[in-house]
Amino acid sequence: MDQMKGRVWKFGDHVDTDQIIPAERLTSDNTDRLGLFAFGKIRPDFVKTVKAGDIIVAGRNFGCGSSREHAPRALKQAGVSCVVAESFARIFFRNSINVGLLPIECKVDADEGDPIRIQPDEGTIVNESTGKTFKFRQYPPFIKDLIESGGLMAKIREKGRCSR
Amino acid sequence: MPESKGKTISEKILSAKSSTNAYAGDVVEAEIDYVMVNDITGPIAFREFDTLSCEPMRDKMILVPDHFVPNKDVPSAEQAKEMREFARKHRIENYYEVGRGGICHQVMIDEGFVAPGRLIVGADSHTCTYGALGAFSTGVGSTEAAACFAEGKLWFKVPESIKIKLSGGFQKYVSGKDLILKMIGDIGVDGANYKTLEFSGRGVGSMTVSDRLTVANMVVEAGAKAGIFPADKATDDFLRGTLRGRYEKVSPDKGAQYLTEREYDLSTLDYMVALPHSPGNVRPASEVQVPIDQAFLGSCTNGRIEDMRVAASIMKGKKVHPSVRMIVVPASTKVYRQVLQEGLIQIFTDAGAFVSGPTCAACLGGHMGVLAEGERCVSSTNRNFVGRMGHKNSEVYLAGPAVVAASALAGRIVVPNAVV
Repeated sequence: MDQMKGRVWKFGDHVDTDQIIPAERLTSDNTDRLGLFAFGKIRPDFVKTVKAGDIIVAGRNFGCGSSREHAPRALKQAGVSCVVAESFARIFFRNSINVGLLPIECKVDADEGDPIRIQPDEGTIVNESTGKTFKFRQYPPFIKDLIESGGLMAKIREKGRCSR
Repeated sequence: MPESKGKTISEKILSAKSSTNAYAGDVVEAEIDYVMVNDITGPIAFREFDTLSCEPMRDKMILVPDHFVPNKDVPSAEQAKEMREFARKHRIENYYEVGRGGICHQVMIDEGFVAPGRLIVGADSHTCTYGALGAFSTGVGSTEAAACFAEGKLWFKVPESIKIKLSGGFQKYVSGKDLILKMIGDIGVDGANYKTLEFSGRGVGSMTVSDRLTVANMVVEAGAKAGIFPADKATDDFLRGTLRGRYEKVSPDKGAQYLTEREYDLSTLDYMVALPHSPGNVRPASEVQVPIDQAFLGSCTNGRIEDMRVAASIMKGKKVHPSVRMIVVPASTKVYRQVLQEGLIQIFTDAGAFVSGPTCAACLGGHMGVLAEGERCVSSTNRNFVGRMGHKNSEVYLAGPAVVAASALAGRIVVPNAVV
């Protein structure tokens, strides 16, 4: 997996999927422009200033609530390259992998706007502003394989399992 | 692992469905019995599925428009149309049109798809509801639903289980909602993250299936993957007449391993309310007392006939407070028919409430009861996140049907004893 570099957007604990993308935006006409509405109700500045490659650093239980896959899709479409959180809600974690947004479980000390560098294969995150390094656990083999394949749909195609 | 090691209900169902000897922590690929999608999550699943060229597992698929129907605007109309056309194109029989279905989870139950021992996934986080009937069911994303359309199977990490031992029985008007709110308040909104909450004890037998459904529905609000009640005679009685296929009850083994245990005595439970903006921000209802603008009775959490009967018994012959709008939304066409036949619509209407046909309505801020800036709603639904029911500066207070009905009459959040 490639190294990622970006600026930090800080969030707290229990960021729910209604905050990430509110229900009223969940119509098919928005499928390819969900990024325009990310965090619209709680941080209207986000979509105005987010840059491609930016990284979300959050606390516990990121992505709790609804199963809407629109949530990781919205972040990805907004340009977010990765979400680093102390823990994730389970459906958000699974959805992120399937839409190609890397969810990394790690506690990171960083301030808003700090540049950070993530090396997924080494399991390290470096805060380039403070020079501190944080380590995270490697994914279990099954999840690692799923990520490297590009998610569940890619996996089904790769194996040709669907040709019945 | 030794063959003889006892298993939880989750370990048993996921072992059986994956033909493996699985324990907590193992990753299995398991055959699902059913996969359900709604009008919000369906379209992404349909588009993903159509990128494959394969026949769908149509007998396992259930499509239910419920979130933004009857179509609230043109985009939601287009979206519902996409579901209808997908069902037609792929000849999916289990498509439930507006007026012949209702909220997806209640439809799954009413139509007999849910039974003990089954493995069911749905692209809706409240799919965990079916654990009330002894199934292992959990929410998934749209892409995962599409994978199930194609393959009829999905990967699962077998969850650890937390045992919840119940004793006693509820006092009048206290309900499953009060139990689950109390539990979420105790363990926190990620207190059961990735885990199953497995219920046991004599208190289970004292609970109606409707109350069990309310509890299982909201386990996801504590982060749980599933909330499972062991099936008993009440389960059998409930399923008689509607069930598709057959089932065998699944009980946990002696010696099954649990991460922790918690106990609740139902007879000492009080009315609970979750204050804004977290289902974990729970207090006794008697301490809340805030004035309200709206009272909402409905949703997959508390839109069943039992909930309607409780509310009607409190509201009969009385009037909704002049400054309150009360909105009543039965969860399915079946519930709507019962509410009609039992004269409950008359009671609600005479009291000054608005009664509609089945839909998710205001629960997720879609339509039919969206809140303006600064407005407060006491609601029988499951989430009270920032902006969940409308404006970012509106507030949702989660409560059981009795507190919702009593509060609608009083104009502020009160316990039922204050009005009956």
